[in-house]
Amino acid sequence: MPPENPVNPVPPAGPPSPAGASPPAPAGTGSKLPVPPATAAARPAAAGAEDLSRRKFLGLISWSGLGWAAFSAASGVGSIATGRFMFPNVLYELPATVKVGPPDDYPSDDVYEKYKDSNGVWIVRDAGQITALITVCTHLGCTPNWLPNEGKIKCPCHGSGFRRNGINFEGPAPRPLERAKIVLLEDGNMMVDKARKFQYEKGEWNDPDSFIPVTA
Amino acid sequence: MLPEAFKEAANHLLSSAAITVSLVIAFFFLCLWQYRKVTKPVVALPLSLGLIVLFCLSISDPNFFIIISKSDNVPIVLMLVLVGGCTWWGLRQAALNDERLEKGLPPMEADNREDDKVYVWPDLVYAEFIALIICSIVLIVWSILLAAPLEQPANPARTPNPSKAPWYFLGLQEMLVYFDPWIAGVVLPTLIIIGLGAIPYIDKNPKGNGYYTFKERPFAVTIYMFGFLVLWVFLVYMGTFMRGPNWNFFGPYEYWDIHKLEPLTSVNLSEYFYMRLLGRAMPANFLVREAPGLLVLAVYFGLLPLVLAKTCFRKFYPSMGFLRYMVMINLFLGVVGMVAKMYLRWIFNLKYIVAFPEFFFNI
Ligand code: FES
Repeated sequence: MPPENPVNPVPPAGPPSPAGASPPAPAGTGSKLPVPPATAAARPAAAGAEDLSRRKFLGLISWSGLGWAAFSAASGVGSIATGRFMFPNVLYELPATVKVGPPDDYPSDDVYEKYKDSNGVWIVRDAGQITALITVCTHLGCTPNWLPNEGKIKCPCHGSGFRRNGINFEGPAPRPLERAKIVLLEDGNMMVDKARKFQYEKGEWNDPDSFIPVTA
Repeated sequence: MLPEAFKEAANHLLSSAAITVSLVIAFFFLCLWQYRKVTKPVVALPLSLGLIVLFCLSISDPNFFIIISKSDNVPIVLMLVLVGGCTWWGLRQAALNDERLEKGLPPMEADNREDDKVYVWPDLVYAEFIALIICSIVLIVWSILLAAPLEQPANPARTPNPSKAPWYFLGLQEMLVYFDPWIAGVVLPTLIIIGLGAIPYIDKNPKGNGYYTFKERPFAVTIYMFGFLVLWVFLVYMGTFMRGPNWNFFGPYEYWDIHKLEPLTSVNLSEYFYMRLLGRAMPANFLVREAPGLLVLAVYFGLLPLVLAKTCFRKFYPSMGFLRYMVMINLFLGVVGMVAKMYLRWIFNLKYIVAFPEFFFNI
């Protein structure tokens, strides 16, 4: 009850009896709930104005303003923190370049897994070329497995299969595996650089940087 | 305990996705078609008992047991039982109601309408609270009894084989086998959500609101149940129990051999068309190359709706209006097309109908 108006008390609104005491009366007899017309007529305009006095209104505004300010501040801090999250201090990425030894280390046509764990490349010798295939499935990016007995590279996620040279031939992968740049250094070692990629479907596998010719 | 010949046959049949799915779809439509007979306890009870007995006998098979008893898979078995039971209950109610409606009686749910009304507090809230407590207890006991499989720390260079999504996403993972990541991972889930959200706007028919019925809503109920039971629950089953190492298919009593060799050479529609049919080289221009596939899609999503409006959906079309009909029919064709694409892969090894690897866009 607002203290400003003690002489003219308004009958308390709301349910006439405690909850659960009696089931609600069927529709038609429940019309007693609104304020009786006599009371309402006696205080025509005052009722509305009193329900929301200036003081109350300003109080409401300042509280909700405070609430919104707090909410915006929290969201702001939250988004800044999220933004910071996008620039991690440490990036666990495999090194992009690696020396993979001389071509003689890869004597026969095969898929060599030596640099799979450390650098994410297979060194493949096939049809007179040494290439570096990136171990990322071109379907959705799982790491496929080289199955030596079957002579194919097979992805455990949705079953894409690639031939030894990286060409896709089964399952959903839409394009061949990507090659990384591979060059022969002056010291006779080969160097793989994953920063440069070669895609078969764009005709990039003819690029001399994408393979090292060897005598088959 | 089970005869070897039976296991052999089961492995042979059920390791073929095309056969398994065909059996499931056939069973699904048989049940809906004869729903009054199938849901009668005299039919449904022996059927489910038979399945339970078969399941119990199968446990004696070591390969079956390994897969079934993985702590990840136990809940899937429970889920299958639960889904089966609930579906039976719903269809049974529908069958009983449909009989009443035919006799001119109101549906069972309409009886005693007045007594049906209860208070939210305490009636509903109490029930919910009790359910909450029971669920918590079950989850706690469960998590103590069946230890969650903790594996070694993730290693980007080693993807587990087979690598499976959480069970509720296995259906989506299965779709990924047949579609471009972008279609299966973005477009299809969005369409599912939009499609479900659009149901109240597509379907204004008030029949079946608040009571079980099949006869009054055969099309709506069939579509929904097909989507849920076959395209979601069954695909979860498939991802859990059929997909083994290297994402190959395995039968229920088959050992999950990493070296199982399945030749699955998949071919694009354009290659089928130009190289096998016309016996010539692939055209260099990618639009010409993919023209057959684009034509197929144009006919399927452009022409077919109009043809269907004049034929199968003759009755729906006038009452729905053009826009609503088009939305409905394209969602419908999308669902059918999804299944069709899976069959095309299984039977013809068809990879993509339209393939633009240049733009990472394949359908
Ligand atoms: S990620 Fe390799 S098949 Fe999908």
